[in-house]
Amino acid sequence: MNLLVCIKQVPDTETRIRISPDGRWFDESGVTFVLSPFDECAVEEAIRIKEAKGGEVVVVTAGPERAASALRTCLAMGADRAVHIKDEFVERADALTVARALAAVARGTPFDLIFAGKYGVGADNGQVGPMLAELLGIPQVTAVGALELGEGRITARREIEGAVEIVEALLPALVTAEKGLNEPRYPSLKGIMAAKKKPIETRDLASLGVTLPPAGQEPLRWVSLELPPPRAKGKVFTGDTAESSRQVVRLLREEAKVI
Amino acid sequence: MPGILVFAEQRDGQIKRSSAEAISEGRRLADRLTGPLTVAVAGSGIAGLGEEAARFGSDRVLLYDDPALAAYSSEGYAAAVAAAVEEAAPAAVLFSATAMGRDLAPRVAARCGSGLASDCVGLSVEGTTLRARRPVFSGKAYATVEFGGLAMATLRPNVFPRVEGRKPTCEILTRPLPIDASAIRGRVVRTEAAERREVDVSEASIIVAGGRGLKEAGNFSLVRDLAEALGGAVGASRAVVDAGWIEHAHQVGQTGKVVAPALYVACGISGAIQHLAGMSTAKVIVAINRDPEAPIFAIATYGIVGDLFEVVPKMVEEIRRLRAE
Repeated sequence: MNLLVCIKQVPDTETRIRISPDGRWFDESGVTFVLSPFDECAVEEAIRIKEAKGGEVVVVTAGPERAASALRTCLAMGADRAVHIKDEFVERADALTVARALAAVARGTPFDLIFAGKYGVGADNGQVGPMLAELLGIPQVTAVGALELGEGRITARREIEGAVEIVEALLPALVTAEKGLNEPRYPSLKGIMAAKKKPIETRDLASLGVTLPPAGQEPLRWVSLELPPPRAKGKVFTGDTAESSRQVVRLLREEAKVI
Repeated sequence: MPGILVFAEQRDGQIKRSSAEAISEGRRLADRLTGPLTVAVAGSGIAGLGEEAARFGSDRVLLYDDPALAAYSSEGYAAAVAAAVEEAAPAAVLFSATAMGRDLAPRVAARCGSGLASDCVGLSVEGTTLRARRPVFSGKAYATVEFGGLAMATLRPNVFPRVEGRKPTCEILTRPLPIDASAIRGRVVRTEAAERREVDVSEASIIVAGGRGLKEAGNFSLVRDLAEALGGAVGASRAVVDAGWIEHAHQVGQTGKVVAPALYVACGISGAIQHLAGMSTAKVIVAINRDPEAPIFAIATYGIVGDLFEVVPKMVEEIRRLRAE
């Protein structure tokens, strides 16, 4: 079973976002970048399948220089090798450009199943996975909470509004991982040492036949990034708890009118 | 002028409420562009849905009605929407940001080579360019994006108003399935109702959430009691989901659900940044915490500094008393 996992390096979820001076991006200085939490589940699932059925786990990312450390994390977890599509600006490109670069790598890598996270935490798009499935002409199941591998097919459970869907797809297919799909392992010391010897192949966009759309011709471009307006100052009760509780219930009914 | 195409989602013979919102927003944008509004519906035995889809102001409804579309498949539905794009030649295509819309829209965008903005909370027309406003970092910031060429967007449910207004001239047309059914290699085979009859946090207008201040899993009953008294859903912080006190489906925050209820009650939740990102657009926030320095108080509409084991039962009692009056 050959498994390809698409990952993204993202700001840690504890990051306080500051807007960059140009007003279009966030200030990356002092930000800790990590493997996107949904991608951890994607990598874990691929490694578990490899452990059960044999084969190879290849991880791929499109990102700047720093993204290599997220690939190392995946290798330390147990992936076999990595491909780094290295470009300083690819992260700011539209999802379709990223999907095209990943598709070019996938076409040169044998795979039965492709994994990705439900979305890259931060941009919160959730587009690259299904776009990649479309470009490769394979079926997809997104936001998967439980996965079963059958003979030439998968059965996946995904949460929808107020219900659960069970989806069947023929291989090759693409799956995006929801949290809860599994409990991702922490890399062991042995894994971290082994990862240092595992290969990371570096590719550039041009070698994959992909170019960033010229300025002004992007299908989607960022105009600005802003912080949400601050919330109005609230009322905080510090006195007798029984009295505070009564007061707040009364305010919810009479002032806020929400109950 | 090119107009707007909206993909309307139906389940069990009903157009979803969030799709009615998307159609209404489509009407508003089509008027700004002085173009027509087309609505596409896919399914099997859906002839009766034409009228329902027409209720929110469309000029034309395209029904892709075929047994092969009875169950959702990204491949079959993407083929139907792509055919509708070809027929309507719109300036923009709108979906709702539901489980189905999030799965389908990127597939269609890749097929059409267009840009897609996910989970939009605002759309506007500047000249002939469409702009979208959308939360990033789960709402820690908002991005404004602009499209070049065909635009696609998924719209966050419960943000855009529904506006009824049937056009007497609306045409309802049936179209054939534009794909060979054998080319569909992945599809929904079964849908199961959620295990417990609980309100889903992502659709609830009132949420009561618990955090580490509850001290142990068994004390979640306090949160459930308050949720029940208020008729709301049960939410949780990442810490207690990671600790295994409650399932991930209840997690609110950056790697859980992003919610915007009318009322959010945080019990024993300190307010880590990744949690605040998931709930800070709630209309009213109540925070109950022993620590007066807890970050949650900075965004609370009403805060109670005190022991939640005293406060929560007292609130339940007060609410029941008010309800009984």
